[in-house]
Amino acid sequence: MDYAPAQFHRSARKLAEPGEPFAYNPENQAKFDENVKRYPPDQRKSAILYALYLVQQQQGYITGAGMRHVAEQIRCTAADVEDVVSYYTMFYTKPVGKYVLNVCRTLSCALLGAERVTEELSEKLGITPGQTTADGMFTLIEVECLGACDRAPVVMVNDDWHERLAPEQAGQFVDDIRAKGRGAFTGCHLHVEKK
Amino acid sequence: MNAYEPVLIKDVREPEAYTLDFYVKRTRGYEGLKKALTLKPNDIIEQVKASGLRGRGGAGFPTGLKWQFVLKDTPKPKYIACNADESEPGTFKDHVLMERNPHLLIEGCAIGCYAIGAKVAYIYIRGEFYHVQEILERAIDEAYKAGYLGKNILGSGFDCDVYVHRGAGAYEAGEETALIESLEGKRAQPRIKPPFPAVAGLYQCPTAVNNVETLCNVPLIVLNGPEWFAKLGPEKNGGPKLFCISGHVKRPGVYEASMHTTLRELIFGDEYAQGMKDGRQFKAIIPGGSSVPILLEKDLDTPASFDHIQKAGSLLGSAGLIIMDDSVCMVWLAMNLLHFYRHESCGKCTPCREGGDWLYKLLQRLERGEGQMKDLDLLYSVSNNIVGKTLCAFGDAAATPVLTTLNHFRDEFEAHVREGRCTLPAPWRARHAVMAAH
Repeated sequence: MDYAPAQFHRSARKLAEPGEPFAYNPENQAKFDENVKRYPPDQRKSAILYALYLVQQQQGYITGAGMRHVAEQIRCTAADVEDVVSYYTMFYTKPVGKYVLNVCRTLSCALLGAERVTEELSEKLGITPGQTTADGMFTLIEVECLGACDRAPVVMVNDDWHERLAPEQAGQFVDDIRAKGRGAFTGCHLHVEKK
Repeated sequence: MNAYEPVLIKDVREPEAYTLDFYVKRTRGYEGLKKALTLKPNDIIEQVKASGLRGRGGAGFPTGLKWQFVLKDTPKPKYIACNADESEPGTFKDHVLMERNPHLLIEGCAIGCYAIGAKVAYIYIRGEFYHVQEILERAIDEAYKAGYLGKNILGSGFDCDVYVHRGAGAYEAGEETALIESLEGKRAQPRIKPPFPAVAGLYQCPTAVNNVETLCNVPLIVLNGPEWFAKLGPEKNGGPKLFCISGHVKRPGVYEASMHTTLRELIFGDEYAQGMKDGRQFKAIIPGGSSVPILLEKDLDTPASFDHIQKAGSLLGSAGLIIMDDSVCMVWLAMNLLHFYRHESCGKCTPCREGGDWLYKLLQRLERGEGQMKDLDLLYSVSNNIVGKTLCAFGDAAATPVLTTLNHFRDEFEAHVREGRCTLPAPWRARHAVMAAH
């Protein structure tokens, strides 16, 4: 067993590829300018997470050029931006598939078969967690508790939710997404449940 | 006990429950705010103190006191930071409140701001709750249009803005100073305390950090009086409480009850989780989110209150009850949770960052059947070198699953070493070793 310093922790620095030149489109620029007003004028940095979400929305993931653009918007250094990007799990620094399947793996979901869900998805898609399919459709990621433990196992697909995904249904779920897109998700709507 | 009438989530199954129209017409929506604005700010703090409302986020600290500590004589602005970064495994009560009853939270934020003299409240919501955020933002827009937020609220001269701030995936952002750091646009890592946020919090200004459920209780206290609130539960544990029940039960979900209710009633009661799934036997319960010690069958008659659960040797924490049946291997359980804590450690304090990783590797080795008896002592030693040696409570939380499983189920750990394999492989676990541990 390896007793060297931790091989993995979220504070590890991950350098991003510079990528293509980047600037917000006018719509996102307007959204950013609106959002930054929520904070005191001397605290523009508070808008950094929002600014990064906009970059990710515009180009799918966050490149070095995207970080530099955010730094100019926020008026901080690019290192400050990279510091933040490398910490939070919801920012991608590499291209991801059209549908990012985030399977919750923490206790309550695991008790109801989340490990098996990942296995089934992995087999169906022919990739291991962290990888993207060759056609660029799916990325499979294991994530920690999503906060809907009563409706386990839970999968978050981009910003949408799919709940109570039994391992046996996982393969069909992939086919459903291919056929119906967002229509395949149950969403997270308590009021439609009949108890 | 059956006479308990829910007040926080009574209408969650009504299709329109999240709209302003429903909130104002069908419940006593925003009447608490109207009443609060006729009172002096200090009287509201006194009422909250008298009610005995304790923070619902995990620590159970009296909310009235927290507000009283917020610095009064300062030229700086003050803030409320609402902690909606609900990430504790097994906890999903704020999720339901914000999704189905968002106006209650907005009203609570406005009253809180009035009480401590703040003009702005930020609701820090976890990035994964995007669908909840949309509902919340829409509700805030409605409240502005109806004059419950903004300038000169209801003609009182009081101004208040409520903004939603979206996080981006960090369990640690649920710690109050880490939440403030994240709000300021930095990594979510905790600060050294003191100074506490009440003195120097957001932008170094006095700040009250309150959980969603805590703020949702405030309008009810103002409206119905502190005596009503205190009488709902045992002494010093007043008010309604949301319990999140998940795991191997027939009917998992969020249930509202008084803190008189026992764990047994919550698990087996017809109105609650209705007992164990698939006719299996109860094995253990984690009563307050993954970072608290396990309780066993013999403890089930304990009332689910902050003080009673503490007396039984655990903590009510965020009231996330995770129930496990007899198919659960306790070494696997510790490994699953340490995977979580290793991943979510913010990396600031060495004992937690490095120790979490060591614990995970040790547990992995035991679960694979490659462990030795001396590893059990090593688990104790590493855990005890994390507890109490970190800036925030995360370190203690990470060591707890290991210590509690070792204390209650040492025989299972020994069996893993003796037999060289997992002695309780359940059908719901991964079939391939590669997927089970990585």
